[in-house]
Amino acid sequence: MPPSGIREFFDLVQEMDDVISLGVGEPDFPTPWKICDAAIQGLRHGITSYTSNAGLLELREAIAEDLYARYGVEYDPANEIVITAGVSEGMDVAMRAVLNTGDEVVVPQPCYVSYVPCVELAGGRAIALETREDDAFRLQPAALDEVITDRTRALLMGYPNNPTGAVMSRDDLLPIAEVADRHDLLVISDEIYAHLTYDGSHTCFASLPGMKARTLLLNGFSKAYAMTGWRLGYACGPPELIEGLVRVHGYTALCGSVIAQLGALEALRSCEPEMRQMVQQYDERRRVFVKGLNDIGLRCFEPKGAFYAFPSVQETGLTSREFSRRLLFEEKVAVVPGPAFGPCGEGFVRCTYATAMDQLQEALARLSNFVQRLGT
Amino acid sequence: MHRLLEILEHEGPVPAEDLATRLGCSVEAVEASLQQAREQGLLLRYSALISWDKADKPHVFAFIEVEATPEHGTGFDHVADYIGRFDEVHSVYLMSGRADLTVVVQGEDFREIARFVAEKLAPAPGVKATATSFVLKTYKMEGELLTEEPGNKRLAVSP
Ligand SMILES: Cc1ncc(COP(=O)(O)O)c(C=O)c1O
Repeated sequence: MPPSGIREFFDLVQEMDDVISLGVGEPDFPTPWKICDAAIQGLRHGITSYTSNAGLLELREAIAEDLYARYGVEYDPANEIVITAGVSEGMDVAMRAVLNTGDEVVVPQPCYVSYVPCVELAGGRAIALETREDDAFRLQPAALDEVITDRTRALLMGYPNNPTGAVMSRDDLLPIAEVADRHDLLVISDEIYAHLTYDGSHTCFASLPGMKARTLLLNGFSKAYAMTGWRLGYACGPPELIEGLVRVHGYTALCGSVIAQLGALEALRSCEPEMRQMVQQYDERRRVFVKGLNDIGLRCFEPKGAFYAFPSVQETGLTSREFSRRLLFEEKVAVVPGPAFGPCGEGFVRCTYATAMDQLQEALARLSNFVQRLGT
Repeated sequence: MHRLLEILEHEGPVPAEDLATRLGCSVEAVEASLQQAREQGLLLRYSALISWDKADKPHVFAFIEVEATPEHGTGFDHVADYIGRFDEVHSVYLMSGRADLTVVVQGEDFREIARFVAEKLAPAPGVKATATSFVLKTYKMEGELLTEEPGNKRLAVSP
């Protein structure tokens, strides 16, 4: 198993001063204080014990209510939801609970760095499926249909997407649902960026007709509520599936951190306005940054979700890695080379716009210098 | 419009082109909104937020609760307007609760403020009584937390 392609850049950047980092995969906002306060109050009241394997029932109830209110999908808090240490653990546990050795999982790429390793660690085979800039990095049903074999057990996808910022609308997802149905696939849908959807609303895969029964929904609090370090997420699905997840999770993690669970409960109860405020700011930065990239001559497809822009660097004649290294050394701006997210990420770099507006503007100025110098 | 005003409130003047890009609307629409905000007295002025505690220029704030006599038909409007005209007065609010008005006064030192209260505010027409509290330290103002240590808490690169 190779190290993550992100690691190399992390080590380089650590040794330099004055770097503007667009290499991060997390919010630049602190966790809303109401959430911190709820956790602190929990500690003061001595709430420091294990919870049930599936997590605090109150939190599962709040999650069920939230999903019903947003997407009209009904999950039974008693046996269809499990609280995990972030989507990261949810994904790992899901793979181990679901896959038999040699089972294939289709993974559209570019994608989050953990998808393929999680499949492989559980003994599965990840079948990479390239998505293209021309299709706005959306998964194409015909392409999906083509790679399915009789060993294919699941589709693992994440929209809004890290690293491309692509989203899949309801109309885009319906034909995917049809393919999943026809081939009896489990769809593992990582919707951690769901709330970070701009221009329109997010479609939860489980809300499509008939899909709840074959969907494992993964989500968490890291991105929307700026809670990356709290390590809290959840998985929802049909009871047979969740029972398997709870079993693996119970033996390995036992339960999610109780303090983080209290924080998450507060997030759902009262932090919608804070979350909306953050989303508004990401949206403004997105517009400024993407326009800036295109003005510089780094062609960038319009990301409609998450907080990443995925510009093409092909015009510069450099590979993604050369571009990223030289940009770091010559202009002190850190970005992540596209191939960290799958081979088809070559020719692109990932830039996070969860970065203060003045930093983004300075980064654009530096990028512009860099690209101009390359051109002359 | 509200978001536009929020941006200006936090960041001061921002070029109309930048506002248009950020909000996803035309430059003309932004300019029209700005003009309207000025005309309607929504947008009063641009100013900076200064943490005077850190400057070596002496600077003192006091919050003064004022009990006043209301007038028929206009309530406390006249007395508030009268008080507000002194340069020393930073802001004036009509309050619910015990006092009628809260007046924020700024000065170079405690003596200056004490003199202002004794000689100008307390004798002002309509003022019945005052209770002055001096600000000793500012922890947060205008939404800006002053206790936060600056610096980046994130890793430079993460998945
Ligand atoms: C697409 C995607 N899924 C999952 C994760 C991990 O999230 P968590 O903090 O919930 O483990 C990330 C974090 O970068 C992500 O981008």
